[in-house]
Amino acid sequence: MENTTKQLDRRSFIKVSALAGGGMLIGLYTDNELLAQRGGQAAAPTQIVPATFIKIHPDNTFTIIARNPETGQGIKNALPMIIADEFDVDWKQVKIEQADLDTKYAIDAGVPGLRQYEGGSTAIPQNYMPMRNVGATGRAMMLTAAAQTWSVPETELTTASGVVTHTPSRRTATYGSLAAKAATLTPPPLTAVKLKDQKDFKIMGKPIPGVDNLAIVTGKPSFSIDIDMPNMLFAVYEKCPVFGGKVVSANVEEIKKLPGIKHAFVVDAPPPPAAGARGGGGGGGGVRWDSGVAIVADSWWLAQNARKSLKIVWDEGAVATQSSVGYATQAKQLAAAGAAKPPAGGGQGGANIGDVDAAFPTAAKVVEAEYTFPLLSHAPLEPMNSTAWFKDGKIEIWSPSQTPALQNAAVPAGVENTAVTFHLVRAGGGFGRRLYNEYDIEVSKIARLVADERAKAGQPSVAVKLLWTREDDMAHDDYRPGGYHFFKAGLDASGKLIAFRDYAPNTQGGVVPSNEFPRGFVPNFRVSADPIAPFGIPTGAMRAPGTNGVSFVMQCFIDEIATAAGKDPLQFRIDLLNSPVDPAAPQGGGFNAARARGVLEAVRDMSDWNNRSRLPKGTAKGVAFQFAHAGYVAYVVEVTVAADKGVKVNKAWGAIDIGNQIVNISQATNLVHGGFIEGMSHMMSWEITIDKGRVVQKNFSQYQPARMAQVPASIEVKFLKTEYPPTGLGEPSLPPAPPAIANAIFAATGVRIRTMPLGPQGYRWT
Amino acid sequence: MPYTLAVNGKSQSVDVPADMPLLWVLRDVLKLKGTKYGCGIGACGACTVLVNGTPTRSCSTPVSAVRAEVKTIEGLSPDGSHPLQKAWLETDTPQCGYCQAGQIMTAAALLARTPKPTDAQIATAMTGNVCRCGTYLRIREAIHLAANGGTKV
Repeated sequence: MENTTKQLDRRSFIKVSALAGGGMLIGLYTDNELLAQRGGQAAAPTQIVPATFIKIHPDNTFTIIARNPETGQGIKNALPMIIADEFDVDWKQVKIEQADLDTKYAIDAGVPGLRQYEGGSTAIPQNYMPMRNVGATGRAMMLTAAAQTWSVPETELTTASGVVTHTPSRRTATYGSLAAKAATLTPPPLTAVKLKDQKDFKIMGKPIPGVDNLAIVTGKPSFSIDIDMPNMLFAVYEKCPVFGGKVVSANVEEIKKLPGIKHAFVVDAPPPPAAGARGGGGGGGGVRWDSGVAIVADSWWLAQNARKSLKIVWDEGAVATQSSVGYATQAKQLAAAGAAKPPAGGGQGGANIGDVDAAFPTAAKVVEAEYTFPLLSHAPLEPMNSTAWFKDGKIEIWSPSQTPALQNAAVPAGVENTAVTFHLVRAGGGFGRRLYNEYDIEVSKIARLVADERAKAGQPSVAVKLLWTREDDMAHDDYRPGGYHFFKAGLDASGKLIAFRDYAPNTQGGVVPSNEFPRGFVPNFRVSADPIAPFGIPTGAMRAPGTNGVSFVMQCFIDEIATAAGKDPLQFRIDLLNSPVDPAAPQGGGFNAARARGVLEAVRDMSDWNNRSRLPKGTAKGVAFQFAHAGYVAYVVEVTVAADKGVKVNKAWGAIDIGNQIVNISQATNLVHGGFIEGMSHMMSWEITIDKGRVVQKNFSQYQPARMAQVPASIEVKFLKTEYPPTGLGEPSLPPAPPAIANAIFAATGVRIRTMPLGPQGYRWT
Repeated sequence: MPYTLAVNGKSQSVDVPADMPLLWVLRDVLKLKGTKYGCGIGACGACTVLVNGTPTRSCSTPVSAVRAEVKTIEGLSPDGSHPLQKAWLETDTPQCGYCQAGQIMTAAALLARTPKPTDAQIATAMTGNVCRCGTYLRIREAIHLAANGGTKV
């Protein structure tokens, strides 16, 4: 993890980038620093061009461009809502159009380095001001056009609902009637553009339904999988079940004779680069693909059916000897040797503050515990797919990627980036899975090879759609890394936390929580780690990378410490937050104790926490909070646990601080429900295990998501309005859900949950 | 093999292998893209259609086994005016939206059988339909809304 100690301020943004092995760096940077990192030096702001984002129609309706990919987080609403509000039109006058991948959507927003991607809950913090500036500049040009038309000062003009009004002369003009004049104007400098006061927002903060909802509920083609082209062919791609394995030979000549099969061929992997992310995640890693066999047919099912007849000789490679059992054994061995050692310099990093070794012998009480959480598959409901058409030396691609990148089509197709047309298509869920673009790369390679074969046979080029099966995705994901944590804490006679130690033997892409709470609130704090190796499993970012598993271990162990201290676990957290070791020192990663305390106090009051002793036997409440991706979330959960380990989540309460403006209250609330319910999937059932270098779980039958019958009666959500700039919500809504549930189970039963998921420990939802 | 299917009130002839799942006949032959592929083993419900009014996993139903009227999301109403569709819009239920056609078809069968379902009846009927985004609370709210003629409970 790389962190700065800067406080998050008005000009700061969160940066997340995919790294080698799929790890994520999360840090806080000002926008200039952010841009400097991308291009080596800060890119100068560019002139805002509202016309790139807003089309004005003569009937005074407006088409607004949604610049980022939509995977279900509601950004296709949110960014145009910001523009529309500052442009000062009514939402009912607006139609939304999805952007293709094009640098003009950064340059013409005034921020040349601003990428079109979905990840790290960055869309709102990175785009909030640029989109406001676009809308406000557009409005300023309408004012200028009207002022010039009527020869009146702009200061006498007002706007509303896409109409400019000159009150002294009672004249009005629609934006539609002023558009031709405005088009002749040079956009004003940003310093001359007035933004709205927040109290004057008419669209932001309102519940605005998803712009694609009607298409979705009537079954209109909306998703990447629905893309259709004339005479399109369908592809499947069989890869080695063992990570890193390669095709030695395959019976492709036999496959070609099967009904409906048009092409079948082996695709060799390119030589591996020195370092680089799998799947060319747009973050600068190399564009790579795995060796495999492509089958291309008239219909997807015929291609898929032909896989049953495939005979492939694999070179399984070195990973075939690895297993989850082996990783866990190694973690224990490392802990036995290394848990008491201070962190080594460099490497995976760590923290060593004060002197835990000196403090533990002075402690009145010592608490020790081992926690683990597993590898996870993202499992968005729409399986991986992409459609590409290689024609006349150019390639066109329709992709559900979260990190669309021209080179993912260009490199495998053997063309320059300038020969790529990249369409962003609504994705059936992302959760980080579509940060990694193997499907874009594979389909571009296959489409090129198909086009070449067809050209040789004198046939015209056609589009090819690649669709993975659910089993393909579960076997070839970029998995959320698991974690092993060996904790020790010391309390003094008054129950005050005096020493805290976490040893976290770590797989590639894993997280060393060196910056996590209670760092800064305990005088002696150590986090150290050693690598688990070899580890051949590709890992990547999943919703709330860095905290989605770590929140479980840290927030449950804090609960254990509170219990050992004989304290109310919620108040214990507040007391810690009130007692920084050095009040003058900023917390790591931009952590703000007052904001964390704010969500804890709010959720305490919402959930009637202080009266929880009145609950019947077997029913209890648990709490957890997390700072993740600039947001602060605290959950209280009420559960009832039966003697047979049947668990019912009765109700949940969430208090959230993501700053001073919720863009869309309806979709924000929905995202919180979803984050909590995803946490239930993690808590009860989700676990990817490795045996002989391959994934054991095949499909949802072995990887059960939470279902309707299991969800609570309600999840009450409260957004605290604070003075901070708006930040994202997709990630922060997940991490504290599992520990809040686990802590509630402890409160109900006295049994401490230290391993996710619960299912293999005999629990089930009721 | 030639088959004649009744889909959304229309008779359709297709020439496909007997074991081709109804899902792929609908999506790739009849170009009805509203029904979704999620798992291929009947474990997620994204492919749910009604066959003779019964929620059916089209991904695991060979075309040769279909002997009754098929209704897909496209056949529920031409314009989103079915009470369930209106309730889904009113409650702003979708996140990614991928599962929602299957959810709505399962809910349609529930309401046909049980016009005013309880939470428990909704849980039983809907629990085979996965929403990976976790919109269950709004799905439940939308079903109640539709059952009450569009009036909030």
